[in-house]
Amino acid sequence: METQQLRPLTNVEPGETVTLARVDAGHGLNSRLAAMGLLPNVKLTVISNPNHGPFVVSVKDSRMMLGRGMAQKIMVL
Amino acid sequence: MNNITIALAGNPNSGKTSIFNMLTGARQQVANYPGVTVEKKQGRCKYAGCAISIVDLPGTYSLTAYSSEELVARNFIIHENIDVVVDIVDASNIERNLYLTTQLMELNVPLVLALNMSDVAEQKGLHFDIDQFARLLRAAVVPTIGNKGKGKTQLLDAIIQTAKRPKAGTGLRINYGPEIEHHLMQIERILSDAEPQLTKEYDSRWLAVKLLENDSDIIGKVRNKAVTEAVLASREHLRKIFRDEPEIVMADRRYGFISGACQETVKTTVESRHDRSDMIDAVVINRILGMPIFLGLMYVVFQATFAVGAYPMGWLEHLFGWAARTITSAWPHESLLWLQSLLVEGVIGGVGGVVVFLPNILLLFLAIAILEDSGYMARAAFIMDRIMHKIGLHGKSFIPMLIGFGCSVPAIMATRILENRRNRLTTIMVIPLMSCGAKLTIYALFIPAFFTESWRPLILWVIYLIGIGIAVIVARLLRVTLFRGETIPFVMELPPYRMPTLKAVLIHTWQRGWMYLRKAGTIILAISIILWAAANYPKPDADLLKGMTAEQAHQQELIHSTIGRIGKAIEPVMKPLGFDWKIGTALIGAAAAKEVFVSQLGIVYAAGSADERSQSLREKLQENYSALTAFCVMLFCLIGTPCVATLAITRQETGRWRWVVLQFVGLTVLAYIVTFVVYSIGTLI
Repeated sequence: METQQLRPLTNVEPGETVTLARVDAGHGLNSRLAAMGLLPNVKLTVISNPNHGPFVVSVKDSRMMLGRGMAQKIMVL
Repeated sequence: MNNITIALAGNPNSGKTSIFNMLTGARQQVANYPGVTVEKKQGRCKYAGCAISIVDLPGTYSLTAYSSEELVARNFIIHENIDVVVDIVDASNIERNLYLTTQLMELNVPLVLALNMSDVAEQKGLHFDIDQFARLLRAAVVPTIGNKGKGKTQLLDAIIQTAKRPKAGTGLRINYGPEIEHHLMQIERILSDAEPQLTKEYDSRWLAVKLLENDSDIIGKVRNKAVTEAVLASREHLRKIFRDEPEIVMADRRYGFISGACQETVKTTVESRHDRSDMIDAVVINRILGMPIFLGLMYVVFQATFAVGAYPMGWLEHLFGWAARTITSAWPHESLLWLQSLLVEGVIGGVGGVVVFLPNILLLFLAIAILEDSGYMARAAFIMDRIMHKIGLHGKSFIPMLIGFGCSVPAIMATRILENRRNRLTTIMVIPLMSCGAKLTIYALFIPAFFTESWRPLILWVIYLIGIGIAVIVARLLRVTLFRGETIPFVMELPPYRMPTLKAVLIHTWQRGWMYLRKAGTIILAISIILWAAANYPKPDADLLKGMTAEQAHQQELIHSTIGRIGKAIEPVMKPLGFDWKIGTALIGAAAAKEVFVSQLGIVYAAGSADERSQSLREKLQENYSALTAFCVMLFCLIGTPCVATLAITRQETGRWRWVVLQFVGLTVLAYIVTFVVYSIGTLI
């Protein structure tokens, strides 16, 4: 049931706060993202989501910049 | 204890460099870790009768095997005999920064925490219970403000106290919960039986944690099948229980420990965070304004490096010219003329050729230090990423490539801003394809000689574009072949904007300048002397030169020299490109520096002292060559045979001769093929 609400980060409007559900990426990348604070159950706020180019989110106490391809792999609730 | 070795660890943007500067002042050395393109900074200081040597580890978010930086940092802590690890933690971004701390705790090393930027944290309304914090982490915790030099003595006291204690880690363990703990214990038990060698070298719990996390480096070290199978089974089991990868669950538990620790020790009173930075970013990375602002700043950097740099460069050239003239005129008549030539042309010419770049390098790194320390560099990467990503490079690669239009030497040094090794190597390989200032002298000689006024700008533009186009293709090719690997998905922190401090900027600039003089200087000087000898020896018979004008004699000497002979010998190879032995000779001479091509051609044609404006040389070229050949010469010089300064700096920055060979051979073969194709098609038309 939860899975129905899952959507990629790219579909989130700026200003919205969402919860990270999972990252559909390889093993190494997953750990790296986790180290940077991007791991399940973390609250993310989208700062900017332009039509092209990278993406800015606020996570814990920092601003993270993600490539669009990356943002597509991040599923949120 | 009188000698203490400490290592500084911390996240990128945690102010690690400012702490390093605070502890060491300007007494720093920069080198590379052996075999990898990761920068190693070392320094020393004296305090309370102790000589402390300090290693600044690369800034990392964790200690996995995912990037070479993290692996370097981790291996250094494990294998080098370090007395204390100082973990620099950004107090204003405490939770994320403590993640690395948990990993250091797991390595079981003596730890001191520097709670840095405590002033910024205070402004944000964060209050720390330092004593409680230290008790929870079982390590000394010292508030510092690195860029203001505050907390230095307290930090040094804590370091010395920790070093004096019997060498032991914090002894603190993260509790991963009953299921994971059970499997960790199991793996530990199997390890102690099956891999006695490994458990002697590493802490066995740490090994178990890394194995369960599927750490590629540690897994590669395990020889015994029983261990591998047990780890696989455990991972499979945990994956079923948690419905997630074990390493993610473990990361989650570490963050759980952190937020627990923070709840007890950090009080938040205000909820204001990135306000000012967000306001600046609203303009600076704005969809419409971002690009013009970036290009404007790049224009300023380029102008500062090359236009402002041209003045001190001119003074240095005058200085070396004066030194050469003084030696020549003061030389005792007719004796030891070879020594005079060696000193004037080999040594002064060689040293001069190195030192004249120094103003460019200092100015460029001044600009880069300001861009980096202010936090803008991350935004620049953000803005350029879409374009650069298409050729498999990082947004930041744009800056060194742009600098390449001025000179490859500072450009290759500027690739230090790239954290990823493959990215950095790819960028280094293609930088010589950017038409540098010295190549412009060749274009400036040939284009007016062979093309009418209205065509000239177009031809010049085409040459520059060809360079960029080939760079794009080569970069893409390298990224799918030699430097393949997951195209680093773009994740990067946008640090808050900060005012760069004068001290940090100056230290950074000075370091680069000194490194350039010391390392590149020696190689370039040595090769300059070899090239001087090759251009002057063997000498023709004195009888042969009798009755010739000075120019003719000079011509004869060059033809007779090693360079001239090589030029003649390679003529059959150069023929398919439409080049005769004269162009071949000039090309070989130009190995020292591209602008030498023009003066060498001047000598071969006995055209007197030639420069790129030389009318008599242009006339001779028109008599001997076609416009097609002229274009091919420019093409060959653009793509092939990077100059010795470029090669020397590539050696220094990559740490391996193999990349130098690849760069030289690869680009020269490419130049040959492209020029051959263009010449063949051109002659058909």
